[in-house]
Amino acid sequence: MKSTEETMQHDDHHHHHGDHDNHFSEMQARVKALETVLTQKGLIDPAAIDAIVETYETKIGPRNGARIVAKSWTEPDFADWLKADATAAIASLGYSGRQGEHMRAVFNTPDTHNLIVCTLCSCYPWAVLGLPPVWYKAPPYRARAVIDPRGVLAEFGVVLPETTKIRVWDSTAELRYLVIPERPSGTEGFDAERLADLVTRDAMIGTGLVRLPEAV
Amino acid sequence: MNGPHDLGGQHGMGPVAPEKDEPIFHAEWEKRALGVTLSCGAFGAWTIDESRHARENLAPATYLSASYYEVWTRALETLLQRHGFVSAAELSAGQMLNKGTEPKRTLTAEMVPAVLAKGGPCDRPLDAPQAFAVGDRVRTKNFNPETHTRLPRYARAKRGIVEAVQGTYVFPDDNAHGKGENPQWVYTVVFDAKEIWGEGADPSLTVSIDAWESYLEHA
Repeated sequence: MKSTEETMQHDDHHHHHGDHDNHFSEMQARVKALETVLTQKGLIDPAAIDAIVETYETKIGPRNGARIVAKSWTEPDFADWLKADATAAIASLGYSGRQGEHMRAVFNTPDTHNLIVCTLCSCYPWAVLGLPPVWYKAPPYRARAVIDPRGVLAEFGVVLPETTKIRVWDSTAELRYLVIPERPSGTEGFDAERLADLVTRDAMIGTGLVRLPEAV
Repeated sequence: MNGPHDLGGQHGMGPVAPEKDEPIFHAEWEKRALGVTLSCGAFGAWTIDESRHARENLAPATYLSASYYEVWTRALETLLQRHGFVSAAELSAGQMLNKGTEPKRTLTAEMVPAVLAKGGPCDRPLDAPQAFAVGDRVRTKNFNPETHTRLPRYARAKRGIVEAVQGTYVFPDDNAHGKGENPQWVYTVVFDAKEIWGEGADPSLTVSIDAWESYLEHA
């Protein structure tokens, strides 16, 4: 693996970070100073940091959630279990732990579309969706999801009928929410992995829809 | 506290701007910030509630212009200094100058899978009956503490309905300030958008929060 310094230089030359450009080199220095001091004191193990990063880059991500959704589409008993005790149902697939300790699954219906936000910080179901995207943690989404969800959805290219009810879940406590979208038509006979391919991360936050089978 | 973090309903923040094919990290320092933050959490010196409150206490202009990993990093610097692990002089020097507090434990690479798999459950047993039941009409309290709370401003003094009883959990308003876990019942309370936003509210919208029992009164 490249040293932190080398990769930082690389990032410095190639990275663009929108509004945060002016903070970028400052943050790189700040985090480096922090990591250096803590490592010199024996308080942190740089290899542990690598292991954490690798976990969220390669092991824990939205594919976990997509498998849960696909299983709920094909197994009504599993869907019932998700409704009754999402934490246990999800743990049965091996997904549990940090920021997935207390799970709730909320099901879209023909009448109701669910949308998840954390207006106060960045609460997100890491165990099933991985690390949250930048927009989920940034002020515009957190400010607007609870007052103008249709405006937010339009920015994701999602336009719902006016008659569709929208339910926004603000994750103010330690419950973490996973949206279970509806199974699209035309997927009869699909196996679980093929169904999981249709389930986007944003569909499980509520800012997107599942892919149509012909698009995969 | 009525801090910059309490964003629900604020205007002028601009478009959401989802990124196509967003990478998991946008810079190498973000990876290190994540790992350092989680590693320091493993010391056991502060709770998730205290760390959230440290983030909320960033100056509003700083908070609102920072990326979230920057928010985490700045708050972590506060926590590390508050608990005596590092000094301001060390952070500006980027070098160890003195020995600081000894943590209860440090996180090694071998521990990472088990620690992440365990997480930090915050449900706690409580030997007290629940004050509210599903279907109850409730009103959220009106208060403006300078201390930590998880009742957002937009949802204070609002009438809603208890939709679910979610169990008993650590009470963050106390736990953030070292006053103990003091678990309470937590309820999902759902509000009509009109109750929250009044005139012009989206008639198809309902919003729910998860509320600790002491945030609620019978309505």
